[in-house]
Amino acid sequence: MFYRENGQFKTSYAADQQIFPIAQDRIAILVILLLAFVVVPMSVSDYTFQAVLIPFLIMALAALGLNILVGYCGQISLGTGAFMAVGAYAAYNLQVRIEGMPLLLSLLGGGLCSMAFGVVFGLPSLRIRGLYLAVATLAAQFFMDWLASRAPWVTNNSSSGSVSAGQLSIGGWAIDTPAEKYLLCLGLLCVLGLLAKNLVRSATGRNWMAMRDMDVAASVIGIRPVYAKLSAFAVSSFIVGIAGALWGFVHLGAWEPAAFSLDRSFQLLFMIIIGGLGSIMGSLFGAAFFVLLPLVLTHVPHWLGLPLSTASATYIEHMIFGALIVFFLIVEPHGLARLWSTAKQKLRLWPFPH
Amino acid sequence: MRTQPIGDVILDINNLSLRFGGVKALTDISFDVREHEIRAIIGPNGAGKSSMLNCINGVYTPSEGSITFRGKTFSHMNSRQVAEMGVARTFQNLALFKGMSVIDNIMTGRNLKIKSNLLMQALHVGPAAREEARHREFVEHIIDFLEIQAYRKTPVGQLPYGLQKRVDLGRALAMEPQVLLLDEPMAGMNVEEKQDMCRFILDVNDEYGATIVLIEHDMGVVMDISDRVVVLDYGKKIGDGEPLAVRNNPDVIRAYLGNAH
Amino acid sequence: MAFFLETLFGGLMVGMLYALVALGFVLIFKASGVFNFAQGAMVLFSALAMARFSEWIPQWLGMAPGMLGNLLAIIVALALMVVVAWLIERLALRHLVNQEPITLLMATLGIAYLLDGLGPLIFGSQVYSIDVGMPKDPIFILDGMFEGGLLVSQEDLYSAGIAALLVVCLALFFQKTKTGRALRAVADDHQAAQSIGIPLSRIWVIVWSVAGGVALVVGIIWGSKLGVQFSLSLVALKALPVVILGGLTSIPGAIVGGLIIGVGEKLSEVYIGPMVGGGIETWFAYGLALAFLLVRPQGLFGDKIIDRV
Repeated sequence: MFYRENGQFKTSYAADQQIFPIAQDRIAILVILLLAFVVVPMSVSDYTFQAVLIPFLIMALAALGLNILVGYCGQISLGTGAFMAVGAYAAYNLQVRIEGMPLLLSLLGGGLCSMAFGVVFGLPSLRIRGLYLAVATLAAQFFMDWLASRAPWVTNNSSSGSVSAGQLSIGGWAIDTPAEKYLLCLGLLCVLGLLAKNLVRSATGRNWMAMRDMDVAASVIGIRPVYAKLSAFAVSSFIVGIAGALWGFVHLGAWEPAAFSLDRSFQLLFMIIIGGLGSIMGSLFGAAFFVLLPLVLTHVPHWLGLPLSTASATYIEHMIFGALIVFFLIVEPHGLARLWSTAKQKLRLWPFPH
Repeated sequence: MRTQPIGDVILDINNLSLRFGGVKALTDISFDVREHEIRAIIGPNGAGKSSMLNCINGVYTPSEGSITFRGKTFSHMNSRQVAEMGVARTFQNLALFKGMSVIDNIMTGRNLKIKSNLLMQALHVGPAAREEARHREFVEHIIDFLEIQAYRKTPVGQLPYGLQKRVDLGRALAMEPQVLLLDEPMAGMNVEEKQDMCRFILDVNDEYGATIVLIEHDMGVVMDISDRVVVLDYGKKIGDGEPLAVRNNPDVIRAYLGNAH
Repeated sequence: MAFFLETLFGGLMVGMLYALVALGFVLIFKASGVFNFAQGAMVLFSALAMARFSEWIPQWLGMAPGMLGNLLAIIVALALMVVVAWLIERLALRHLVNQEPITLLMATLGIAYLLDGLGPLIFGSQVYSIDVGMPKDPIFILDGMFEGGLLVSQEDLYSAGIAALLVVCLALFFQKTKTGRALRAVADDHQAAQSIGIPLSRIWVIVWSVAGGVALVVGIIWGSKLGVQFSLSLVALKALPVVILGGLTSIPGAIVGGLIIGVGEKLSEVYIGPMVGGGIETWFAYGLALAFLLVRPQGLFGDKIIDRV
């Protein structure tokens, strides 16, 4: 009844190719953006920012990056933690070694370094695929783990092995309250998300998906496999690198190499499987799920009067994740995003059955 | 009467051989294709017809021999180069991109014509956006031509086989090919669908002027629409000429029907 | 020279254990085409089971802890792994027949996470010790050839021996028995094997049970050496490069690959490590695997991978 396309005729191809062709969607997005940028900073507690919203935004960004590589281009990667680490350490080094380096440029630099790292470790994808590529990306993960803990220049010769980001500011605006950090992450997510969405619905995105679906046919059409795969690695690790820098600078403040370990790589992979491979929205859903589940597990049993130790909660979390991965792979490989779009389809017909 | 008369030799296969380990898929094949003609390749299953097309497209590398396209000779083809030279193809087993819609599949065929780079596409400003709309328009003409308008947003995996075949053809047409290689375009179709497909092929040849190389099993179709025919059997050429001549060739009859005992 | 040989020996013995873990991978891959990321989790799970049962069973039966208790614990743990195998087949694998390899891989990742959570939840998360009576003192061997002899750990020797025995048995099982042949058919093509009457479900339960049994042996050996703790689960990650080197489909490959990686790790750590700040062990195996992947992805003994259009 409310969610109808009736009367919304497109008179140009450009109109048909918009990100949100249905007017109701456009309104919904505007409302959400308004809430996110204006209402939330004024009304939400510091704890919610730090424990929920900021991790969600940064993980969503990282998941977005990974989804481009795995979901859109079909190249498996288990080394995402390493790419985040490269972004974080590179940004840190730029920030600390160059006097007066603007924050945004450090973040960008972190992303570019991660991009270079990603392209290098993406080279094996030109020869191998599937499981074998997964092993190659694991090499990246372990190599970076080692580099971050053994090579002194990475941590700017820190004696303890951990680094801290210090005061953040853009121009004259000091970013020290959680609300301000939230806005920084939100802004970056929106900008990079828009760029990613544009890429994905253009020729680049189509070429990525062609490589994913049938790479021999893709090369017969004239798509260059080398360019397609490496550009996917490049764009993906750029975004993941920035997410890593944000994670270190904004969320953690100070970090050690363990913050970007193999576990992180697995978590991101799970996020995009549960959220939906090959879907921008799916990355957001997956990240939201990942951030909310531990909170649910710590608070709900409490409300119900059943005490659950933190250790048990962690184990149950592991189990739920594992079970959900298998569940989604069997039942809905396109994850929550597909469930969402099916729901929207039903909504378009509501209250009629078909 | 055809709009464009048959011209000179555009594609020449010279003594092509293809080996996989111990198996010889093609042995010393030579034939030519003239511009604007419809050339059929026929032969029993396993004769090497698809392997032949795969060599032309650069999917397989021939063990011996060469391919001459518009006067330039190559000992092996590079897929991208072949595509840039204006050779497009459809596949026997429909190599469609299952994860994308009909329109996106056909749009991938425009890949070589899209000039904007990655950064411009990410920003989706002016020239990139306009270019996308222009190519969309071109693809819509193909969709009209193939009569699949109702399905343009449907994921191809959900379409019936006959329609998928049309999308495959559409994707090849989107490349604006000079030479179109069709690998069993009518496999699995009923009579009406075959008539539609024949009509499309003839129109493509006539209106777009594309040279057609066609692998087909349906003799009626081959006799009706092709100008010349090549016959392969067990990787060797056993016939080459006008349809009627080939049909009456005793070697060809023997290959299809076997020896009388 | 003696030091070099000691390092070499140490590497060989560790390598044998890697080979055993890798064998679990190869088994499941040969039989179902699935790459089982959960192998490490199975090692931890089975080791935890055995460790706890060896405490609980004596309590329940009112007897003193000892070899009998351990034996019973092993039997119970093995039975548990069979149940786990059955559940995995029933709830997950059955529904993923003929999916793409990458989907199956991610499913086993999910199973790994599940087991990683379930194990500590049921059995507890402290570090448990296993004592199966392996002698802990090191001994000196070959003291005729080298002055004072070479120092090797008896425990390692016994472990390597058990591992070698197991490997030989499994290799024979695959090559010589009817079930082994059926397993190889299934690995080639699920649907084809099904269509000629091979009972896919039963085969998979068998294979995953055997892999579970292998995991148990590995768990006991390493658990008895290091204690049963979470890091056991990471053992699987070490075995990945082994199967890459040896070839995913080759049992002898798993052995050779394991030995090469074991020796290579130790030698590189001792001789190259000091030059670059140490810690090479963590990624040497992966570096080697990467090199192989670029040059010879099918490994030393694996089947060549062919893509047909």
